[in-house]
Amino acid sequence: MNVSDSFKDPELCKKLLEQLHEELDSPLRFMEVCGTHTVAIFQSGLRPLLPKEIVHLSGPGCPVCVTHESEVAAFLDLAGKDNVILATFGDLMRVPGPKGRNLKLAKAEGARIEIVYSPLDALKLAQENPNDTVVFLGVGFETTAPTIAASIQMAKQQNLTNFKVLSFHKLVPPALKVLLEDPDCAVDAFLLPGHVSTILGMEPYHFVAERYNTPGVITGFDPVDILESLLIMVEQRKNGKASIVNQYKRAVSDSGNAKAREIMFSVFNIAEAQWRGVGTIPESGLVIKDEYEEFDALKALDITLTDVPQTPGCKCGEVLKGKMQPSDCPLFAKGCTPAKPVGPCMVSTEGSCAAYFKYQVTA
Amino acid sequence: MNESTLLLDHGSGGMASNRLIGDLFFKHFGNPILNEMNDAALLDISGPITMSTDSYTVDPIFFPGGNIGTLAIHGTVNDVAMLGAKPRYISCGFIIEEGLEMSTLEKIVIEMAEAAKEADVLIVTGDTKVVPRGCVDKIFINTTGIGELILPEATSGAHAKPGDAILVSGTMGDHGLTVLSNREGLNFATDVQSDSAPLNHIVAALIQEIGDIHVLRDPTRGGLATTLNEIAVQSNVTINLKENQVPVRESVRNGCSFLGLDPFYLANEGKLICILPQEKAEAALNLMRSMKYGEEATQVGTVLAPEDSPAKAGQVILETPLGGHRLLNMLEGEQLPRIC
Repeated sequence: MNVSDSFKDPELCKKLLEQLHEELDSPLRFMEVCGTHTVAIFQSGLRPLLPKEIVHLSGPGCPVCVTHESEVAAFLDLAGKDNVILATFGDLMRVPGPKGRNLKLAKAEGARIEIVYSPLDALKLAQENPNDTVVFLGVGFETTAPTIAASIQMAKQQNLTNFKVLSFHKLVPPALKVLLEDPDCAVDAFLLPGHVSTILGMEPYHFVAERYNTPGVITGFDPVDILESLLIMVEQRKNGKASIVNQYKRAVSDSGNAKAREIMFSVFNIAEAQWRGVGTIPESGLVIKDEYEEFDALKALDITLTDVPQTPGCKCGEVLKGKMQPSDCPLFAKGCTPAKPVGPCMVSTEGSCAAYFKYQVTA
Repeated sequence: MNESTLLLDHGSGGMASNRLIGDLFFKHFGNPILNEMNDAALLDISGPITMSTDSYTVDPIFFPGGNIGTLAIHGTVNDVAMLGAKPRYISCGFIIEEGLEMSTLEKIVIEMAEAAKEADVLIVTGDTKVVPRGCVDKIFINTTGIGELILPEATSGAHAKPGDAILVSGTMGDHGLTVLSNREGLNFATDVQSDSAPLNHIVAALIQEIGDIHVLRDPTRGGLATTLNEIAVQSNVTINLKENQVPVRESVRNGCSFLGLDPFYLANEGKLICILPQEKAEAALNLMRSMKYGEEATQVGTVLAPEDSPAKAGQVILETPLGGHRLLNMLEGEQLPRIC
């Protein structure tokens, strides 16, 4: 059995589940802050095996889901402009913007849009198309921001001025603060993101435990990881003392990746950002520094974000804040399905509504 | 062929067309029916026949384990066979972008001829069009096949019955991941290759030696998950699939994990799903395992009456290794790689 398999071991999971049933003495509402966790919890079939007193909430951890309507409108506007090639990660293709338009439709209508796996592929596109402007859609959290920063540095070194980045990056810890500040916050503990934490380490989360007395566990994506973390949360609550724990030590260093953070902050400044369904959060976004402004699509292409009214009836915001389960939204599986998503939580594979729709068994 | 490049002339119906037909297509595909050179093929076939058509537009046109031509033969042969038929005849329509190298076309045609020979089908009629650059991407191929039913009643996706066993003839996702990883120039999955293969010999053996086959399907686009959902709907049953019984190669699993894809939704081009009474499952598995392209056959699930399952009729439930379960739904569209 290799290391990865041992974290999926059904026998070990069975023991941990028994232990969880024994030790749980009161209801626990935990929120995962990462779309990959949402999917992992459903995919492993763990959800129906958890004690009924454990309520699982999906947080604002899918980058596609929290991309604001005005940001979606901005990149849809860019699609189809003369001499513009959009380079994007795949999961933005179906995100609905104003009037239900999306990048898939724009591409069918002739816009030049390339799905890439890395911003470095977008750099290559810029080299190969010197007469066009290649705009990389910088949607994501701390996980992807350092690589995008590195690609901007490389573009500067190579004087590749037809490469631009539209930076709509979001930062995870400020969003946790907003959730915790909300008087209606119903989260007892956080399952902290595995990927984002490889960059951040533990330090940016300490306020969650220290100021709000709420446990937070940096967690891997296998069922053993998730069960171990739930046990840590239950134990902390019993002891009445919350702290931040790194359960995912095989991938996450306690101090994170200092080099990646250095690259990220040499290219980006922290700024306020708009989160879909949540609103404006101070110090929760990344903008490109002046010294790299020629690579900033917002400045170079003179893009201003316009006010886009919130989609009527869409409860993605409530879902992202853990105040509503996807299946309780009046549009869920009726007006809003993966075929015709109203909100982004239904469109991204890592969105909580899409996960409920896709995986939840109902007789 | 002396000419090195396909020109619009090769599809004009004139001398260049004739040279292409004679020196390339007849040379490799030739058989008494095709060689008649009439406007249509004259076929001698009796009883109920099955017929299927498919157009192949795969990018890249060459990939480990096959090419667009072998795929065009295997895909149509398999579709014709899945109703419980012996595929007999195939038509081939080529739409070629001008500028394609003749050696590329010849390589495709030679391998198609070999694929047809292995599947024991004759290519009896065909057509070639050459279109201006940019109108198609290199080459598109349409094949239509017909076959003779070798069962009193054709198998159908509507014939799955509660209690039936669900078998697959081998590993899932090989073709889909191979094409995707080669298209994107990702070289992480160097040892994956397409499973493109003819399944008609396995189908004939299952029908003749095991019998009582309820459903035969090849899980191509949309993969195992999509095909099982279609069967569940057609047969008005629930399907219970055991995740850890479904064979997936380690390299495919790793590639999927890297790209955020699910192998259960990836295309297969040389695998079949066979649904038959549970008491016949072992014999069917032993038979498939003794045959080429069926060596890794295994039972992956069971058909349930909806009242005996936690889900509705028409749904597929995946039982996970932990003993939990979840829905295995149909996807809205193609799988898209994720951000993080």
